[in-house]
Amino acid sequence: MFRYIVKRILWLIPILLGVSFIVFTIMYLSPGDPVTMILGEGATEEAYQALRTQMGFDQSFIVQFLNYVRGVVFDFDLGRSYVSNRVVLDEILVRLPNTIRLASWSILFATLIGIPLGVISATRPYSKVDNVVMFISLVGVSMPTFWQALLLIILFTSTLGWLPASGFTSWQQMIMPVFALATSSMGTIARITRSSMMDVLDQDYIRTSEAKGVSDGRVIFQHALRNALIPVVTVIGLQFGALLGGAVLTETIFSINGLGTMMVNAIRTRDTMVVQGGVLFIAFIFTLVNLCVDILYAYIDPRIRSQYD
Amino acid sequence: MLLTSKKKINQAEEEMLNVPQGSWAEIWYELKRNRRAMFGLFFILFLTIMAIFADQIAPYGMREQNLSNALQFPNTTHWLGTDDLGRDILSRMIYGTRVSLTVGVSAVAVSLIIGGILGVVAGYYKGWIDTLIMRFCDILLSIPSILLAIAIVASLGSNLQNLIIAIGISSIPVFARIIRSGVISVKEQEYIEASEALGANDIRIIFKHILPNILSPIIVQSSMGIASAILSAVGLGFIGLGLEASIAEWGTMLNAGRGYIRTHYYLTLYPGLLIMLTVLSFNLLGDGLRDAIDPKMRER
Repeated sequence: MFRYIVKRILWLIPILLGVSFIVFTIMYLSPGDPVTMILGEGATEEAYQALRTQMGFDQSFIVQFLNYVRGVVFDFDLGRSYVSNRVVLDEILVRLPNTIRLASWSILFATLIGIPLGVISATRPYSKVDNVVMFISLVGVSMPTFWQALLLIILFTSTLGWLPASGFTSWQQMIMPVFALATSSMGTIARITRSSMMDVLDQDYIRTSEAKGVSDGRVIFQHALRNALIPVVTVIGLQFGALLGGAVLTETIFSINGLGTMMVNAIRTRDTMVVQGGVLFIAFIFTLVNLCVDILYAYIDPRIRSQYD
Repeated sequence: MLLTSKKKINQAEEEMLNVPQGSWAEIWYELKRNRRAMFGLFFILFLTIMAIFADQIAPYGMREQNLSNALQFPNTTHWLGTDDLGRDILSRMIYGTRVSLTVGVSAVAVSLIIGGILGVVAGYYKGWIDTLIMRFCDILLSIPSILLAIAIVASLGSNLQNLIIAIGISSIPVFARIIRSGVISVKEQEYIEASEALGANDIRIIFKHILPNILSPIIVQSSMGIASAILSAVGLGFIGLGLEASIAEWGTMLNAGRGYIRTHYYLTLYPGLLIMLTVLSFNLLGDGLRDAIDPKMRER
């Protein structure tokens, strides 16, 4: 188990290098000239050249990339914003708690509702209940997160006046963003729980337990659900990444000062360093979460553990 | 008890009748019996017709402005109302199907072609090239797809072509993985060995013998892929990374309507409803196809 964890942690290094290379390349292709952006149009040629050299833009692509990576690895330096001249990492860390809170509450909510829905469906396959639950799940998956957020605002803010449409401190402010963001993951989790649960319920050992006279509830929760949860755990990990991405849209709608709002503003102002740092940071969190999920997975499932021991 | 006896009986029945599993006629037969999948299919056909004949169907032009008619609630002349420039919402929704369907289908084509090549090479040749390709997919997968698309469009600029590339690239790994595992499972079969023994070259084996046998998972994934590509495109449009504002696009429409959300709800309600129905249709069709193709799932 220990070897497995070490292996997986070492594996993070090439993945993150690859991610930074991809993100850096994409941003490198961007047409805007950051030097002109900082100095403005009226700067002298000397001043322009001096800043260009100072920022390293006169060097080749590979050198620029290596310098960026060196900064990230050794000094946790994601650069400075071209617009505000603040350190990108600080900008991220200030906003991180809001985004993490939004994504975590959403995944919790999606899991707590999604798994029971999936179990209900799987234990009554092809019944009315199953059809309704699965149809609702699919509708949830098919609704754009931000549209749902707008609908919630129309209903609960404009019409009923129950909930505030912006901010993210009180629980009243949190209900709508969390619900809007969670719906799609809830649908996905319910669908995967159902199919995984149905596979497990088909197994011989379930039939044996039934034949032995074990009660339905015990069979479902003690024998079936525990085994069925394994693929569900993986999906929950992957959904967390989708939620971090989806938070970008949700945050802008509810004016939540998180990474999403930061990135969208940075894109509008062509603040490359912030966009680059933001994508890299989110990919980093996502990779970490999935690492934890995989370790958890190996912990739950001895078959996987044995491959590495 | 827990297990439906119906499921068991159906499986047994199927084995007895020895239905030719996997043949296209059989899949179509199964699909036709699935009402939800058929709803999806018909709605997609309906959208396609709207997109092609938008000029004939839409009551007003895509860019037709009439400021004196701005922000009208739904009425008899403008069935779904007008926006802040007096443009007809219904007409712009109809024109919007063009962008969404084009982006959805083309983005999936991009990920299918690139992901397909990567998946086939990885699965067929195995070894170091397989490792290399799969690690590349791992890297792409660790960037949330909407973020990757945002970064690409923000950097390259937003036009139709870049939108397609951005969304297409982000689902390359999904297709590569599915096709790779399909290739690996088929490659083990004896008939592949037989054609190798007969001296068929790799290209022939891949195109004549392997790909036709893994078409079904590819088709299912494509249908689902179009659904999520449309969602991504709409999301990009919503944060202002879509096409230029005069072109009718659903996400951009929602973004424009957002400013009037407290007073003119219909600006966000109807375009969003159409997005949802469109995405739902592709998902329903994908679900139906999967059930029809996978004999284990046939139990209605």
